[in-house]
Amino acid sequence: MAGRLSTIGLRITHAIPVILGVVVVSFLLTRALPGDPAVYFAGAAANEQSIAEIRTALGLDKPLTEQFLVYAGDVLTGDLGNSLSTGQPVLEDLANRLPASLELTLTALLLSCSIAIPLGVLAATRPGSAVDHLCRVLVTAGVSLPTFFTGIVLIYVFYYLLGIAPSPLGRLDFIYIEPDHVTGFYLIDAAIAGDWETWIGALKQLVLPATTLALFTLAPLARMTRAAMLSALSSDYIRTARAAGLTEDKVLFTYAFRNALLPVITTLGMVFSFTLGANVLVEKVFAWPGIGSYAVEALVVSDYAAVQGFVLAMALLFVALNLVIDLTYTLIDPRIGFETK
Amino acid sequence: MSDLATASLPAKQPDGALAHAAYVLRSNPVTLLAFSMFAVLLVAAILGPALVPYDPMASNAAQALQPPSFDHWFGTDNLGRDVLSRVVVATRLDLVISVAAVALSFLIGSILGSIAGYWGGWIDSVLNRLFDTIMAFPLFVLAMGIVAALGNTVENIVYATAVINIPFYARLVRAEVNIRRDAGFAQAAKLAGNSDIRVLAVHIFPNALPPMMVQVSLNLGWAILNAAGLSFIGLGVRPPTAEWGIMVAEGANFIVSGEWWLAIFPGLALMFAVFTFNLLGDGLRDIVDPRQRT
Repeated sequence: MAGRLSTIGLRITHAIPVILGVVVVSFLLTRALPGDPAVYFAGAAANEQSIAEIRTALGLDKPLTEQFLVYAGDVLTGDLGNSLSTGQPVLEDLANRLPASLELTLTALLLSCSIAIPLGVLAATRPGSAVDHLCRVLVTAGVSLPTFFTGIVLIYVFYYLLGIAPSPLGRLDFIYIEPDHVTGFYLIDAAIAGDWETWIGALKQLVLPATTLALFTLAPLARMTRAAMLSALSSDYIRTARAAGLTEDKVLFTYAFRNALLPVITTLGMVFSFTLGANVLVEKVFAWPGIGSYAVEALVVSDYAAVQGFVLAMALLFVALNLVIDLTYTLIDPRIGFETK
Repeated sequence: MSDLATASLPAKQPDGALAHAAYVLRSNPVTLLAFSMFAVLLVAAILGPALVPYDPMASNAAQALQPPSFDHWFGTDNLGRDVLSRVVVATRLDLVISVAAVALSFLIGSILGSIAGYWGGWIDSVLNRLFDTIMAFPLFVLAMGIVAALGNTVENIVYATAVINIPFYARLVRAEVNIRRDAGFAQAAKLAGNSDIRVLAVHIFPNALPPMMVQVSLNLGWAILNAAGLSFIGLGVRPPTAEWGIMVAEGANFIVSGEWWLAIFPGLALMFAVFTFNLLGDGLRDIVDPRQRT
C-alpha cells in the first residue's frame, strides 16, 4: 500500500512541470496580442496619456519576467481577468458554463464507450464475421467525419425531415422551467427535483449533440478495443487458460478483457482531448450554452481575456484528466509504476 | 557475411521496393482507389477554376436558394451563387492551407527532432518538455488560442496548425535518429571525415523518411479537418471566399428550413478529402511497414 501511495505521489509531481509549461504558454498567448494591448484596452477615444496610464495599470511597462510572475500569481488566485462582452470575471463565466459542457461530453463518452467496447470485443472474437466488417467500416468512416458536419446532417434528418428531435437551440426548450441548481447537470438536477417532464425535455435536447460527439469518438475506441483484444487473445496465458479447461466466458472477460483494458484507457485519454476540441464545434452547431460556445462568442468580438482563460482552463482540465487516467492504471494493473518513465 | 549482405542489398533494394509496392497495390485495391481519389483532388485543386461552369463569386438574386437541378448540379446558395463551382474552387484553398501547414511542421519537426535525437543531452530534455507542454493542450483549443493571439488571418491558421503538429514529427524523427546515431554506417561516415551535420542530414535522416511519409498522409487529413473547423467557427478564411468549412457554416443557417444542399455538398467534399488522405496513409503504411497492417 505504501508503495502504491508513493507511486501516486510520484505521478502527481510529474504533472507539475507540465502545468508550469501550460501557464507559460498561455502567458505568451496573452502577451502576443496583435498590436499593443494597452492601446486595445484603452479604447478608441484614448490619448497618449491615458494609454500610458493603462500600460502602468496593466503592468505592461515592467520587464517580461516580472509580468509573468504577476500573471502566474493571478492564475494561482483564480483571477483570469474580466470578460469584455459579459463584464463578469472570466473564471465565474467559465464555472457557470462548465456543467453544460461536461454534461454533453460525459454523456457522449458514456454513449460511445457502451457501443465501441462491446463492438470491438465482438469483432475481435469473431474475426471475418459481419460484426468485424461493420467495425472496420465504422472505424474508417468515423475518423473522416467532421463533427460539425455530422451535427448538421443529424439536425436535417431528425429535426427537419422526421420532426422527432426538438429545435437545436440550447439545453432546454423554453416551455420547461430550469431545474433548481444543484450540480448544474440538468438531467441530475431534474431527477433530484423529481421533475420528470423537465428531465425528458432535457434528455431530448441532449440526444443529438451527444450522438454527434459519440460518433466522432467511436472510431478510435472501437479500433483500439479490437486490436487490444486480438493481441490479448493470441497470448500465451489465454492458451494456457483454455488448455486448463476454463469456460469461454471466464477466459474472455476475466483474463483477456482485463488485460485489453489498459490500451483502451490510454486511447480514452487521447479521445478526451479530441472531444474537448470537438465540443467547441458541436456547441456552436447546437447553440449549446457551454464553455466552447462561450469561447466562440468571445472570439467573434475579440474578447481576448475570455478566449485565453478558456484555453488555459481546457489545458488544466486535460492535465488533470491525464493524471486521473494514469492513476486508474495502477488500479487496473498493479504492476505499473512510474519510476521507469 | 555482413559485407556480403550490404554489398548485394543496395543493388536489389529499389527493384524490391518497387515490386513490393506493385504487389501491395495489386493485392489491395483500396490503396489503388485511394491513389485515384487523390488524383481527383489534385485535378480539382489545379484545374478547378478552369473547369467549373459558373463564376464562384458571381451572385444572382433571381436564382437564390435553388435546389439541385440540371443547370446547377449542387443547387445555388442564398446569394444565387453556384454551389458546385464554389465546392470545386474551394479545393485549392483547403489543400494549400493543409499542405503548407504540414510542410512547415515536417520541416521544423525534422530539424528539432534530429537535433534532439543526435546530440541528446540538455537540449533533448528542453525540447521534450516543450513538446510535452504543447501536447498537454487539447490541440484544437490550442490552435484557437494561437489564431486568436496572432490575429485572424489565413496565414495564422497555417502557423497554428503547424505548431500543433510539430511534436508528432519531432518525436518520430527523434526516435529514428536516436537508434541510428551510433550505428555502424554512421560511424563509418564519420571516420571517413564527414561533419556531424553532414552525417545527420545525408546518412541518418533519410532513414526516417518512410515512416514520416505515412505520418504526413494521415496528418494531411487531420490538418484539413482542423483548418475547416477553425473557419467554421469564424477564424481565418472570411466570406465571400469559397472554403469548405465556411460554406458548411453558412449553409448551417439554412438547414433548419430544409435547404440542405448548401451545407451537405461542401461537407461531403471535406469528408471525401479527409477520407482520401486516411486511406492513403493506411495504404502507404502497408507498403512501408507491413508488420503494422491491421
